[in-house]
Amino acid sequence: MVPVIELADVRKTFGSVIALDGVSFDVKPGEVHCLLGDNGAGKSTLIKVLSGVHQPSQGTIRVGGKEVLFKSPRDAYSEGIATVFQDLAMLPLMSITRNFFLGREPTKGRGLTKRFDVKRADDITRAEMERIGIDIRDPGQAVGTLSGGERQGLAIARATYFGAKVLILDEPTSALGVHQASMVLKYIDKARSDGIGVVFITHNINHAYPVGDRFTLLNRGRNTGTYKKADITRDEILFVMAGGEDVSSLLEKMPGVEV
Amino acid sequence: MSETNTGLAKDLKITKKGAGSDAKRMAKQSLFARIMHRPESGAVSGLIFVYVFFMMFASGSGMFSADGLMNIFKVAAELGILAVSVSLLMIAGEFDLSIGSMVALAGLIIGVGVTKLGMPLPLAVMLAFVCSMAIGAFNGYLVVRTKLPSFIVTLASMFILRGLAVAVTRLLTGKTQISYVVNELNQNSFVVSLFSGHLFTGFFQYLAEHGVIGIRDDGLAVVQGIPVSIVWWFAITALATWVLLRTSFGNWIFATGGDANAARNMGVPVSKVRIMLFTFSALTATLFATIQVLESGSADTLRGIQKEFEGIIAAVIGGSLLTGGYGSAVGSMFGALIFGTVQIGMFYTGIDTDWFKVFLGVMVLLAVLFNDYIRKMATSSR
Repeated sequence: MVPVIELADVRKTFGSVIALDGVSFDVKPGEVHCLLGDNGAGKSTLIKVLSGVHQPSQGTIRVGGKEVLFKSPRDAYSEGIATVFQDLAMLPLMSITRNFFLGREPTKGRGLTKRFDVKRADDITRAEMERIGIDIRDPGQAVGTLSGGERQGLAIARATYFGAKVLILDEPTSALGVHQASMVLKYIDKARSDGIGVVFITHNINHAYPVGDRFTLLNRGRNTGTYKKADITRDEILFVMAGGEDVSSLLEKMPGVEV
Repeated sequence: MSETNTGLAKDLKITKKGAGSDAKRMAKQSLFARIMHRPESGAVSGLIFVYVFFMMFASGSGMFSADGLMNIFKVAAELGILAVSVSLLMIAGEFDLSIGSMVALAGLIIGVGVTKLGMPLPLAVMLAFVCSMAIGAFNGYLVVRTKLPSFIVTLASMFILRGLAVAVTRLLTGKTQISYVVNELNQNSFVVSLFSGHLFTGFFQYLAEHGVIGIRDDGLAVVQGIPVSIVWWFAITALATWVLLRTSFGNWIFATGGDANAARNMGVPVSKVRIMLFTFSALTATLFATIQVLESGSADTLRGIQKEFEGIIAAVIGGSLLTGGYGSAVGSMFGALIFGTVQIGMFYTGIDTDWFKVFLGVMVLLAVLFNDYIRKMATSSR
């Protein structure tokens, strides 16, 4: 299957700092590709290249097999690459509907009577949130009243509704508790079953492993390997992430600790 | 329901589909709670308080007679016209401190245009609107371009415009006041009736003749009609409310003030929104100025002093957050009405008007505290 987005041998430098050093990475439709790595491994730089915030110093980006150059996040967006950054681009004081359609409000009427079709927007928002598994009582309630997991869900539902082919999720579970994180994993699963290619960035293997189809491990700006789920175990991923240190033996010395 | 035992732990609970939603788990809010969460709720309760207060202490004074109420509304209308644009700007996270000076400048443009340049009144009014809206747009452009707080940028324009108004007027006329702007040559112009005078005068005269409202010794009704300024006030508030709540642009105003960066990421033209709102604020200042000049027939360099702060007071009492992202245009209407009621009410009750500002200050403080509480309620996860 042709990947929806593909990075080939991408290198990104900031001055003398090499943030990405010949990284290749791709996502196919309907798969969750987890991008794992410790702090400073280059995860953030990689998604910024994917989403058009940064341009690669070397190497190419292909969308649907065709080479592209993203000059801005807007370019990436129009190619169907939607990025959900950690701040989610949400306005807590505004309603769910108003956030859902921000910048792309459905209108009715024309000329001077052209207006925001609130009813239709509310209906779509409620239906789309329902589809992803969130029942909202009132689409007019402020986003500030939603839990962290639900806000992620809203961001994912919004990207999906507006035609994302690739969904890049930047640490969507990092600030969440166990229950909330598991909700987000369900939203990711839902997006995958809709045929969207998901790039799931995390450093938590417990979140990545249950939902991921493939795993790419980054270390110091290099791709240290891409594995199918069948080819690698959870502990092996952890072993690579820890830079070859045997985490389990490390943990054995600390009774009661589980990763 | 069959519980799948994974053998991991006995009390393993599996979240069923749809059960993970916290939004639905919330207790249904009472109608009262929902009303209290509207941005206008503070202003409405403040207004009720003010009216109860004056009904207790000024009921026999004529404050609540037809002409008393009309006086209240007239004061409220003039401030309300300004407060509408102040609240829209505030929702977008900006201030315009230059509107008071803009009121003086716009009035003087009309005055100089008519008396010194011999312009027909409609042309002079149009010139005032064009000039001040251009200045307003420039204010917005400066804020967007320099990324400085609008507080500072418009504080500068507040002084520049006031200074210009005084200096140029004195240079051209040798005075700081221009009289006879409305004179025998133009008093029948359509702009005079568009911006001054009363509507439904026949109806009010009818009411007076039939004893519904008071009648003066000369046989005219004590209230001649609905002042045009009140109609402008209602119309512009209704328009702003519609834009805010029912258009894409309204959504962008909220987003610009809520988090400009997030708004930009979602494709909202944040700079354009800001520039348009500064232009609108200049428009309302000119509307205010035109009404004043045509009502009084003169222009004065001292007009509009402190109006920028009174506008902010009305907007804040009306529930707009100083930090942006939240508020209402209707709220500013209630804010202006509180302002007008207290000002006129003090006159009727015989309370020394020196206390007016004390009251206003306390009112603002209470409103800010209340708004802050509402904001916390609205953003906390329930």
